[in-house]
Amino acid sequence: MRALRMGLGRIGIELKQFFRDRESAVFNFLLPMILLVIFGSVFGGQELGDSGITFAQYFVAGMIASGILYTSFQNLAISIPMEREDGTLKRLQGTPMPRSAYFIGKIGMVFVAYIAQVTILIAVGVIFYGIDLPTTPLAIFTFVWVSVLGLIAWTLLGIAYSVVPKQGKGAAALVSPIVLVLQFTSGVFFVFSDLPQWMQTFASLFPLKWLTQAMRSVFLPDTAAAMEVAGSFELGMTAVVLVIWIGIGAVLATVFFRWTPRGAS
Amino acid sequence: MPDFPGSAIIAVDVTKTYGDFTALAGVSIHVQPGECLAILGPNGAGKTTLTEILEGYRDRDSGEVNVLGVDPGKPNPAWKAKIGIVLQQASDMADLTVGETISHFAKYYPNPANVDEVIGAVGLTEKVNARNGKLSGGQRRRLDVALGIIGNPEVLFLDEPTTGFDPEARREFWVLIDRLKSEGTTILLTTHYLDEAQYLADRVAVIARGRIVAQGVPDSIGDRNNAIVSWTNNGREFTESTAEPTAFVQQLATQFIGEIPQLSVRRASLEDAYLELIAQDRDANDRDFVGGDLS
Repeated sequence: MRALRMGLGRIGIELKQFFRDRESAVFNFLLPMILLVIFGSVFGGQELGDSGITFAQYFVAGMIASGILYTSFQNLAISIPMEREDGTLKRLQGTPMPRSAYFIGKIGMVFVAYIAQVTILIAVGVIFYGIDLPTTPLAIFTFVWVSVLGLIAWTLLGIAYSVVPKQGKGAAALVSPIVLVLQFTSGVFFVFSDLPQWMQTFASLFPLKWLTQAMRSVFLPDTAAAMEVAGSFELGMTAVVLVIWIGIGAVLATVFFRWTPRGAS
Repeated sequence: MPDFPGSAIIAVDVTKTYGDFTALAGVSIHVQPGECLAILGPNGAGKTTLTEILEGYRDRDSGEVNVLGVDPGKPNPAWKAKIGIVLQQASDMADLTVGETISHFAKYYPNPANVDEVIGAVGLTEKVNARNGKLSGGQRRRLDVALGIIGNPEVLFLDEPTTGFDPEARREFWVLIDRLKSEGTTILLTTHYLDEAQYLADRVAVIARGRIVAQGVPDSIGDRNNAIVSWTNNGREFTESTAEPTAFVQQLATQFIGEIPQLSVRRASLEDAYLELIAQDRDANDRDFVGGDLS
């Protein structure tokens, strides 16, 4: 209970730091919106084949799925090494704060930042590119569980990956290529079914492909399922893949997470 | 094994090596409740290693350690609530304000001090809405101290707290620490500044190459029976360290007609004693090295 209370208390502190740090705010929060405006302005009106679906509609689904990566994985894999280096983690260890409270604060920050980001992404999409919003309860339910499972998986992976950058400085260079490669291969910037098959197979190993596909089930009409490689949005398989990655992330984070910089004992 | 019942901090024969480097070669100290012990020593002598073992940050290789009845190697939250830690220079939480930071950390402790009083005590009232990253070096250090004392600690660890302070800021800081001492806080201080140790500490321990080379009240450290006599002769400066300054000056006076030019006689200061101890230790090390080479 102490851990939960202190963890909830950390959410506000984490959010203040997330939004006040200019690099973090631009790189993790504003970037999807900037990309949506650029891609939407260039390709937004184009129709995908004769489906009647605009690229903007397709791209919003991909950008929201990417937002899960930005606010959780990219955010944590860059900020935790910095906190390890600048003494934040050491200072916290010297207080009676339970260690779990730190992670509760991070998870809370990730969820709040994601909700804010999705809200703005949808607003930009609706106002500038006329995208349609899901109306059925089922689509909204799908949106919620996909977001929650995706955030948990990528949060755990971000905590685990935070041991890879040795220094806070330069962490972004080790994190953002992963995010970019996954975005290019998972059907965020390009239509997934147009990609070479090896690329599709590669992307299928990781959660982002499944998140973008599931978000398309939310934002595209049911008829668009025929355009998917499998001929459906594969929501059941999405849940399975995400749960597996949550397991992998939990194990990696538990085994590899460090409170101290390497070399200190 | 020495036993100091009722001590707030006890360390007995603590050792720690990093690879080939011996950071602590069997260090024993004790601090009574309400006492301030200053650990003096050159860089790399083992001050921070010892402090971090006592704070629970580092494992020791061997030896006994006890802080407020608990082995810091097996800390628990109730124990951590009674410990205040001021680490060496920090730059974390740059985007939070002073007030946000201190009031947030107060929530970690069962019995925190009043947030506004602590901010006032460290002299940051006017900076309460400033971002931590915008503070000057001295202000930032005072924030660290505030975070160290916000939990009303029984034991406070201060690791080089005034490095980078101007003389006035250092004086103000001493007054703050004096106040904590008068309220009964036990303090373990590491410092480079001998005047700081002289002012704040009830006792000092001098550490060199991982060993305590002297321990006691500041006025007793080293060979403090000596006095330093200095004078000039034809523009050249002379100094002599002697246990019998009166006799020495009488004898010296016979060499001059009238006054001895620029004569001064003063007690050896803590700094003189400290420098002497460190020099002796270095000589001993050199001899060890030569001896080791020959065998």
